[in-house]
Amino acid sequence: MAAAKKSAKKTAKKATAKKAVASKAAKKNTATKAKASAAKTSATKSKRNMDDVVFEARDLRIHAIRDDGSELPIVKGVDFKVRRGEVVALIGESGSGKTTISLSALGYCKPGLQFAGGEALLMGENVIGKTTEELRESRGEKVAYLAQSAAATFNPSILINEQVTEAPVLHGTKTQEEADAKALQLYKALELPDPENIGSRYPHQVSGGQLQRLMAAMALCGEPDLLVLDEPTTALDVTTQIEVLKAFKGVIKEEGAAAIYVTHDLAVVAQIADHIVVLYNGEIKEAGPVDTIINSPQHPYTKRLMAAIKPLPEAGQGDGSSDDYLKDAPVLEVKDIDAGYGKSSDGKPKVMVLKDVNVAIERGKTVGIIGESGCGKSTLARVFAGLLPPSEGEIMLDGQGLAPDLKDRSREELKKIQFVYQMADTALNPRQQIKDILGRPVEFYSGLSGKQRRDRVNELLEMVELPLAFADRYPHELSGGQKQRVNLARALAADPEVVLCDEVTSALDTIVGANVIELLKGLRKKTGVSYVFISHDLSTVASFADEIVVLYAGRVAEQGPTDQVLSPPYHPYTRLLVSSVPEARVGWLEDTMARQESTAGIAGQVQLTEVGCPFFERCPLAIKGTCDTTNPPQRVDKNKHVIECHRELSELGG
Amino acid sequence: MTKKQEIEHYVAPYDEGVSFDELPDSEPTGRFRLSWSGWLGASIVAFWVFIAIFGPALAPLGENDLPFPDDYSEFQSPREGAWLGTDVSDRDILSRLMYGAGRTIGIAFAATVLAYFIGVILGIGAAISSPRVDMVVSRINDAFLSLPTIMLGLVVVAAVGSSIPVLIVTAGVIYATVVFRLARALGQEIMVMDFVEAAKVRGEGRWWIITREIWPNAAMPLLTDFGLRLIYVILFISSLSFLGLGVQPPQSDWGSMVRENLGALSYGQSVIPVLAPALAIATLTVAINLVVDDISAHSGGKLSKRL
Amino acid sequence: MTQLILKRLGIGLVTVLAVSLIIFFGTKILPGDAAQIRLGQSATPENVAAFRARLGLDQPYIVQYLAWLKNFIQGDLGTSLASDVPISSLIADRYHNTVIVSLLTAAIGVPISLGLGILAAMYPGTVYDRFLTLISVSLVAAPEFFTATLLVIFFVFVLDIGNAIVVGSTEGKGLFELIDHFALPITTLCFVIASQLIRMSRAAVLNVMSSPYIEMAILKGVSRRRIIFRHALLNAIGPIVNVVALNLAYLVTGVIVVEVYFGYNGLATLIVQGVQTRDYVLIQGLGMIFCLTYVILMLIADIAAYASNARLRHPK
Repeated sequence: MAAAKKSAKKTAKKATAKKAVASKAAKKNTATKAKASAAKTSATKSKRNMDDVVFEARDLRIHAIRDDGSELPIVKGVDFKVRRGEVVALIGESGSGKTTISLSALGYCKPGLQFAGGEALLMGENVIGKTTEELRESRGEKVAYLAQSAAATFNPSILINEQVTEAPVLHGTKTQEEADAKALQLYKALELPDPENIGSRYPHQVSGGQLQRLMAAMALCGEPDLLVLDEPTTALDVTTQIEVLKAFKGVIKEEGAAAIYVTHDLAVVAQIADHIVVLYNGEIKEAGPVDTIINSPQHPYTKRLMAAIKPLPEAGQGDGSSDDYLKDAPVLEVKDIDAGYGKSSDGKPKVMVLKDVNVAIERGKTVGIIGESGCGKSTLARVFAGLLPPSEGEIMLDGQGLAPDLKDRSREELKKIQFVYQMADTALNPRQQIKDILGRPVEFYSGLSGKQRRDRVNELLEMVELPLAFADRYPHELSGGQKQRVNLARALAADPEVVLCDEVTSALDTIVGANVIELLKGLRKKTGVSYVFISHDLSTVASFADEIVVLYAGRVAEQGPTDQVLSPPYHPYTRLLVSSVPEARVGWLEDTMARQESTAGIAGQVQLTEVGCPFFERCPLAIKGTCDTTNPPQRVDKNKHVIECHRELSELGG
Repeated sequence: MTKKQEIEHYVAPYDEGVSFDELPDSEPTGRFRLSWSGWLGASIVAFWVFIAIFGPALAPLGENDLPFPDDYSEFQSPREGAWLGTDVSDRDILSRLMYGAGRTIGIAFAATVLAYFIGVILGIGAAISSPRVDMVVSRINDAFLSLPTIMLGLVVVAAVGSSIPVLIVTAGVIYATVVFRLARALGQEIMVMDFVEAAKVRGEGRWWIITREIWPNAAMPLLTDFGLRLIYVILFISSLSFLGLGVQPPQSDWGSMVRENLGALSYGQSVIPVLAPALAIATLTVAINLVVDDISAHSGGKLSKRL
Repeated sequence: MTQLILKRLGIGLVTVLAVSLIIFFGTKILPGDAAQIRLGQSATPENVAAFRARLGLDQPYIVQYLAWLKNFIQGDLGTSLASDVPISSLIADRYHNTVIVSLLTAAIGVPISLGLGILAAMYPGTVYDRFLTLISVSLVAAPEFFTATLLVIFFVFVLDIGNAIVVGSTEGKGLFELIDHFALPITTLCFVIASQLIRMSRAAVLNVMSSPYIEMAILKGVSRRRIIFRHALLNAIGPIVNVVALNLAYLVTGVIVVEVYFGYNGLATLIVQGVQTRDYVLIQGLGMIFCLTYVILMLIADIAAYASNARLRHPK
């Protein structure tokens, strides 16, 4: 403790010392540049007219350079305009060229790419073909960039404040003091905690959601004319995303900047954009005002994108799985599970991840496990799979006890429970052909070989709707969605009774992910297989699961049939989750923020608590003195719908 | 937005019924081709391997024969009968070089193979065994690694004397420590990949996991490192020989030839007796390095290209 | 952080102990024992036995080891078997040449190579970078005596300055006279460590240069110079210090070859003599000194890497 304090003090001291040096340098800088900068600002100010076109792409073409020197067109002639005060969204799947196009506003191409034609006009000047020195003038001053991962884009060795204020100070548009003041104002506007001191920390000392907002401060500190935002909320949890979106939107409006917003998520676009450009394979398919595109899309591709938008998580969406396969005992069940990592001296895990979890999976049914990152949902899947034996509780297969450690399970038992990993890239051995990846479990579990094995592999490929010719390919020769299908086929090869799906659609584009879900539904109907479907995406789970388990910090907050969980009464956390899922409707963000009862949407360090409700600190309905000191009781609604909360069910209704 | 009316709605021309397939990921990288420097390196290595195998058969004279028995004087200049001149004992340098090639390359190659044999088995073994076993083995390995290789070599040679088998085993064991560390790191890296876990969940045995899941993925990086390790072993063996503690006379290898003839330089008599064997080692190791560099640059993405 | 350093120091200490075990028992497998070597073949068995008792060789190995370790810690390295002179005085006569050459090489070679390496990383793909890469790729794989031979040919045979061997005493010489005196060994070693240092410092900086935060700095309009010196170097310091320490540790072995090549007396030639005369007391003592230097340098490298890491300096 004492040491920590000391080091903190030291940091602060160092920071002030550094600041002094920096401001001295800045002063010197200003002295020489004062005149120029004054002239510059006034010139820019006078240009600030609502009619201004801040950025325009004219027949923009960008090619990739292959290893042998040949060129591959990535962007094939794109035209669009961004006016002052306007947010233009570039939307498309991965491979559509959206990020590449957005970077052209900075005159920048990722390594391996090059401009092949057309113009990128920033404030009327073409940035293509400018020298590095000329580009440096505009970058950070006229145009600023926000990347997808703030964690990677902050330099780990430099204090946050220096990074935030770097651009305007270097360009001489602000003195260090002015930049510091601007930064502070932005920290406050972005609702960052402890705005006075957050700048004198290192990037690893603040949370992911905070860093994302700090990156916005970094981009806005130089008061640029154009902001380029590259999927800035994609990596965040929904509850965090909504806060960050709100902060971005407010700040963009306030500063009157123009912005290019790159994303694949139409629901997010509806909240923040004025104008949408739909891209496919480096070409514009449709462009227009946000209302028009969202409400009456014309182009078949846009229609498809709109169709792939998941409906809001509400009661009554489930396809209704068949009851034909039901038996007396659930196929897989865990009772009163505690689990965690490491081992302390009393035999309990050092880090507790799951506490008192009960889940039963019926035949032919699907259980959705939902929660934010770090809530323990993947750990639960590992407990089912036998990869992490629980420290307490038991696992049952077909009503019989099942060994907690997979080493002690028989081959027949192993066969019945199959695991599908999130990242098909790492889940498939890059040195094995698809026929071996699928053939091995066939051979291993059913003892088939030769032609029988080949036939079964072909059958599996057909089941997951892949061409038979793929049998001879290696994983890297497949696209992301195809790999995920192979990943799924490998699990099916065992002819399992339960398939554990760990975030199987999270890494996929919307349309591809929707197709995989359709495939899962069809297989469930056809074979009677059960799923444990783990996801942070409530919409997907709502359309697919028969039962939902909401995990928060390793505890079950709420669980029950899908329709019951998604209708009142709600656990306050479920309520927060449900209301945070963005709707593809203009004005949703404002409506929600007006209604949002929880003021602390952004997850800090979520930790399993020994006593009290872990959601206490974020809960709008928390009862001080009760929720933080005693474990919440189980409130049973109808139909096995359970909510763990100190509040009465009637209080959780409205 | 007051300007909304002005914004035109653009729809690209399309045919009904055209499906929009999932866009392909980046293309698979093309087949590997050596650059010109890689080719240069490969041909030099091939040349020396040829000499190493057929050198003694092709050499104009025996290893210890005198080209000019009637005219004995050390460090004679190159002329017909001794194209690289003679050494400190008036032997034909060219012939000794051709005999020495086999010894230098052979010893180094055998030692590197041994180092890989020991290092890979123990390294991958440590990676898949329990943390406690892994820690003990790794700590012992670290202790050996923290010794300068030449010192270790000197201690062993001092203890048991120098002969070709001793050199091979010594170099093999010393460099096994480096291979161990690499193989263990690779093994650990692959062990945590999901496809290995998938095999475990399937119920595969340890042997299958090692041979079918880990090994195919570790083989390529290990092969690249083999070339690099070979260079270090050649340098190690040559340095020991140069210090007089490696290959013993009357046998010769390139390192000991440098030592024997050092006098030619210090007395300003002739350059070739020292330069020829030193150049032979340098061309071989540099050539191997060129090939290795080319391969690793390809697999790691040439940094200079990417920027 | 402090905990990490303490842990690293602990590991260092364990390593030194392990090293001492390896060196002590490594030399114990010598055929024939010290007394026999010291007294020669003609000595009677009684004489040998008496001598063994005097040296403590009749004690169990573990007792001998502990006694040897205790003496080593106290600075007593024992008596040479070959010449009956205390090892410490043998070392005292010889160490300055080795130390001078190593220090001068480090002082001259390290800054120049780092500068060249970082410069190459600043302008990747240029003619300068390619030339430097080619040279260092070549030199890194070439043996020391090849570099030395080229230098001798160039300076002694072509330019006709200096000597192919180092002769004369260093007594009373100033810094520049010393550099002149050891010009060829120092240059050789500089080339050897330079090739490694240039390659690895370039790679370390380029590795940092390909990270997203550097791309961010480029997109913020930060100048190339500031990107290198403020954003990249700060994060490359850890790896670079590591490389420097590794190469300085490498000097320990490189210096052996160079001393033999240029034929002057130093610790390295002493240890080669020790091996040739099977003077294992000498090998043990010198081996420990060389290994200790090596271990300490590696320790410094690791601690420097910790210290340059902001995450470790400022935990959450």
